[in-house]
Amino acid sequence: MVFAWALILLVVATVVFHFASPWWFTDIASNWTMMDQTVNVTFWVTGFVFVVVNLFMAWAVIKYRHRKDKTTKAEYEPENKKLEWWLTIITSVGIAAMLAPGLAVWAKFVTPPDDASIVEVVGQQWAWTYRLPGRDGELGASDAKLVTIDNPLGVDAKDPKSGDDVIVTSPELHIPLGKSVKFLLRAKDVNHQFAVPQFRVKMDMVPGMVTHFWLTPTRTGAFDALCEQLCGVAHFAMRGRVVVDEEPQYQEWLATQPTFSQTAAIVAGDPEAGKPLFATCTACHGDQAQGNKELGAPKLAGQDGWYLARQLHSFKQGVRGSHENDTYGKQMIPFASMLADDTAVRNVVAYIGSLPDTRPDTSVGGNPERGKKLYATCASCHGDKGEGVWGTNAPRLAGMSDWYLARQLENFRQGIRGTHRQDFHGAQMRSMARALKDEASINDLLDYVHTL
Amino acid sequence: MAFVAIADRDHEHALHDPETFIRKYIWSQDHKVIAIQYALVAIGIGLVALVMSVLMRLQLGFPDTFSLIAPQDYYQYITMHGMIMVIYLLTALFLGGFGNYLIPLMCGSRDMVFPYMNMLSFWFYLLAVLVLVAGLFVPGGPTGAGWTLYPPQAIAPGTPGHGWGIICMLASLAIFVVAFTMGGLNYVTTILQARCKGMTLMRMPLSVWGIFMATILGLLAFPALFVSCVMMTLDHSLGTSFFMPAVVQMGQQTVHSGGSPLLFQHLFWFFGHPEVYIVALPAFGIVSDLLSVHARRNIFGYRMMVWAILAIGCLSFVVWAHHMYVSGMNPYFGFFFATTTLIIAVPTAIKVYNWILTLYKGDIHLTVPMLFAIGFIFTFINGGLTGLFLGNVTVDVPLSGTYFVVAHFHMVMGVSPILVVFGAIYHWYPKITGRLLDDRLGRIHFWATFIGTYAIYLPMHYLGILGVPRRYYSYSDSIDFIGQNVHIANEWITISAVFVAAVQLVFLFNLAWSLRKGRDAGPNPWRATSLEWQTPDTPPKHGNWGKDLPVVYRWPYDYSVPGAPQDFIPQDVPPGDPRAGNAPAGRDHGVHH
Repeated sequence: MVFAWALILLVVATVVFHFASPWWFTDIASNWTMMDQTVNVTFWVTGFVFVVVNLFMAWAVIKYRHRKDKTTKAEYEPENKKLEWWLTIITSVGIAAMLAPGLAVWAKFVTPPDDASIVEVVGQQWAWTYRLPGRDGELGASDAKLVTIDNPLGVDAKDPKSGDDVIVTSPELHIPLGKSVKFLLRAKDVNHQFAVPQFRVKMDMVPGMVTHFWLTPTRTGAFDALCEQLCGVAHFAMRGRVVVDEEPQYQEWLATQPTFSQTAAIVAGDPEAGKPLFATCTACHGDQAQGNKELGAPKLAGQDGWYLARQLHSFKQGVRGSHENDTYGKQMIPFASMLADDTAVRNVVAYIGSLPDTRPDTSVGGNPERGKKLYATCASCHGDKGEGVWGTNAPRLAGMSDWYLARQLENFRQGIRGTHRQDFHGAQMRSMARALKDEASINDLLDYVHTL
Repeated sequence: MAFVAIADRDHEHALHDPETFIRKYIWSQDHKVIAIQYALVAIGIGLVALVMSVLMRLQLGFPDTFSLIAPQDYYQYITMHGMIMVIYLLTALFLGGFGNYLIPLMCGSRDMVFPYMNMLSFWFYLLAVLVLVAGLFVPGGPTGAGWTLYPPQAIAPGTPGHGWGIICMLASLAIFVVAFTMGGLNYVTTILQARCKGMTLMRMPLSVWGIFMATILGLLAFPALFVSCVMMTLDHSLGTSFFMPAVVQMGQQTVHSGGSPLLFQHLFWFFGHPEVYIVALPAFGIVSDLLSVHARRNIFGYRMMVWAILAIGCLSFVVWAHHMYVSGMNPYFGFFFATTTLIIAVPTAIKVYNWILTLYKGDIHLTVPMLFAIGFIFTFINGGLTGLFLGNVTVDVPLSGTYFVVAHFHMVMGVSPILVVFGAIYHWYPKITGRLLDDRLGRIHFWATFIGTYAIYLPMHYLGILGVPRRYYSYSDSIDFIGQNVHIANEWITISAVFVAAVQLVFLFNLAWSLRKGRDAGPNPWRATSLEWQTPDTPPKHGNWGKDLPVVYRWPYDYSVPGAPQDFIPQDVPPGDPRAGNAPAGRDHGVHH
C-alpha cells in the first residue's frame, strides 16, 4: 500500500517538478523555434503516457495486492488478443504523432536556404577560429597539412579564392541579424562540436571532413559557444562566443578583420628596429630581458614571440590589466600602448627573441613529486617539458620567472586575470588554475617546473 | 544418423564430479560456480566504478570544497566508469552471471554443453578485467577518451592516457570479446540443443528468451567492437590510418592521412546500440519472471513477449546511427534512423503494457524482489519515454551532448537494469545459497536506491534542457546561461548520489551476513513453477538433477490456474498429478490448442 502511494507521489512530484523547474530552454535566438515545439509535443505525449501508465500501475498494485484476509486468487488469463492489438495500434499512432513533425522539421534542417551566407568555424584543442569568404563569396581550399604558425587555418595560398578570405583569430565571431548563415565546420586535431545553446542547432566538427548546419539569428546579443564533443583535458574550458549584430555594427566589426592575403604578407619583425623600442622596457625587465623580481617584472627572454605579441596586444586593448587588483598589469598598459602599431610590436618581440636565454634563480620551493602529478594537466597544452606550444596557444613555462608564474596562477584563481570578456585564453587558464586548490599546490607545481 | 537430442542420451554420459577444492571452486567447469565467479568479479569491478562516480560527483557538486581530482582524473573516471558499468558489470553479470546460472537450470540441462570452454570464458573475462585495471597503474594512467573512445581524440595528445592507457583499454576489450564469444556460443548451443524433454522453445521462461536473444546480439555485435579495437591499436602503434585523417597535434603534422573518424563511430555504435539491448533484454526477461512469480499470475501475452524480444533484437541492428545525428554524417540518414528508432518503441511499449497487465488482476505479493521489479517498470517507463526525445532526430539536436542524455541513459540502462539485478539477486539468492536475504535490509536497500536514484536523475533532465553540457570537469562562471541554480542542482545531485552509493553497503552486508545467518529458504520459497526451483538439492549439486533429468509438461507461468489445488503448478508436474488438480494439460504458451 505504502509502495503504491509512493508511486503515485512520484508521479505527482515529477509533474510538479516539470512545471516548477527553474531550468528550461534558454531564450531562443534563432529561427529554430520549431525544434522547441517538437520538444514540447514530445513532452505532452510522453508526459501523458508517463502519468496514465504509472497511475494505472499504482492503482493495480493497490487493488490487487495480496491481503491475508483475501481469498480470491489471481485471474488466469494467458493473453487477450484484442486488447494487445488495440494497445499496439494506439501506441503506433502516438509514435507517428511524434515522428511526423520531427521528420518535417528535419527536412528543413537538411536544406539550407540558397541565399545563406557562409561562415567557416575551425575547432582545435582548445580554441575556435573562423574564416569568412571575401567578396567572391567562396572560401579558398584548406588542408591540415598546410597548417603552420603563420597559417593556422591551413588555407591553401595557391587557390585564387583564398586571398580575400577573412581570417578571424579571436574566438569571438560576429554575424548579422536576420540573415541566414550556413556554418561550415572543420577541426584540425580531434573531434569537436560547435554548440550555441540559444541557437538550438549544433554539429560535430570532424578532422578530414567539412560538416555543416544552418540558422537565421533572430535577436541581437552575445552567446557562449561551447564544445559539446569530448576533445581532451581542456574540453570543459574551450570557450568561444557568437555575437549577433545589427548590420552596421557587423560591418564595423568585419572591417577590422584581416584578409588571408594581409596575414600572409606580414613580414617578420626586425630586431634592430626593435632595440630602441625595448629601451623603455629595460627599466623594469632588465637590459637582457632577464626580469626583475623586486620590480615585479618577469623574464621575457626565451618566451615564445607569438605569446609576447598576444600579451602586448592584450595590454594595449585593456583586455589584460583591467582588473582593479591587477597592480602590475595596470602598470603595463601605458608601456604597451607606447608601441604604436603591429609592426612595432613585432619588432620589439623580435629584439627580445635575439637576447640570450639564461635560466633565472629559483625562488619558489615545494614538493616536486606532488608537483609532477599536478603538472600532468598542464602538459596537455604547455608541453611535457613546459616548452610552450603555439598549437595550443600555451606559452613557455620552463626556465621562466617562477615567482611570476606563481602570481599569475594566483591571479587566475582569484579572477584578477582571465575574467575580461575578451580574454578567452585567460578564461580557459582560469578554469584550469581553479583545479589547484591552494598555495602549496602552486608551489609544488612550480618546483616541478624547475626540473624541466 | 537420426538426430538425438542431448536429453535423450543423458544416461550415456558419466558425470565426473570434481573432487579437489581447486577443481570445485577455482578451475571449475560447473556452470553454477562459474556464474558466481562471474558475478563476484563483476560486482567487485562495479564497486570500483561506483567509487569513481562518487569522486566525479563530489567534483561537480562541490568544485571548490574538495580537491580530490584534477581534470585528467575526471576524464579518466568518466571513461572507466562508463565502460566498466556497461561491459564489465552489466554485460558480464547478466550473461556470464545470470545466463550461466539460469540457462541450464531453467532448461533442465545438466550443465552448459561446453563446460571447459565455459571455464575458459570466465578466466578470459578475469584477464580482461585485470588488463583494464592495469590501465590504472601504467604511465599516464587509464584512457580519458570517454567510454565511446572516439578517435582521433582517443589516441591524440591532450587526452589523458593516450599512450599506455588506451592500449590497456583496447586490449582488455578485445580479450573481453574473446571471453564473451566462448561463453556466448555456449549459451546459444545449450539453449538450442540441451533442453530437457518437453521443454519446447515456447515453454521457456522469458528469462531464458531474454538471455538467448541478448547472446545472439552479442555474438553479432561484439565483432564490430573487436575489429575497431584492432584497427585503433594499429593506428596508435604502427601509424596506420584507418580512423586517422591528416591532423595537427600540438602544432605538428602527424604521419596519418586519409582515415575516417566517422568509420570508427559507425563500427562502435553498430556494436554499441545492440549493446544497450544486450543489457536490456536479459533484464526484460528476468523482470517478466519476477513479476509473474510474485504476482501469482501468468505473464500476460507470453507469445507477444517472445515476439517483442525477437523484434527488438532484430531492430536493434538498424538504429545505431541515432547516436550520431550530430556527428557530421550525411544528415539525410537522420530520416531513416529516426524512423527505425521510433518503431522499436512499439515492441518495447508492448512489453511494458504486458508487465503491468500481469500485475492487473494478480495477487501481488510485495516481496523485496517484487518491489525492485515494479520499481524497474517505473524507471524504465521514464527512461524509455525520454528515449523518444533523443531518438527523434529533430528533438535530439538541442538535447544531444547535454545532461538530458546523461539522465536518459542512466535511467534506462543504468538504474533500470540494476534494479532488475538487485531484484534477481533477492529472488535467486535462496536457490544459490539455500538461505533468504534479510527482508528488512532488503527493503531499506530498495527504498533508498529507488527514490535516491530518481532524485539524482530527474533534475538532470532539466539541466539538459537548459543546455548544460555533459563531460565538463567544472562549469566556469564565464558561461552566461549557467547560473547559480545550476550549481545548487549539482549539489543536490551529488548529495543524492553519495547517499545512494553509501546505501549499497547495506546490500553488500546483507549478501555476506545472510550467507551464514539468513533464514533457511527450503527448495522453493517463492512457490515458483520454473525448473530451477524443482531441483532435488538446494543449492543444486553438480549435474543439477540427480539421477534423472526432469521432464516438462507445461509452460512456466501456470500460476493461479483454475482447478489446481495450489496457486502454482511446477513445469515438471504431469497432467493427472494431484498437484495439477483438474487443470488442463499440455500448455505450450498458456494457450490451449
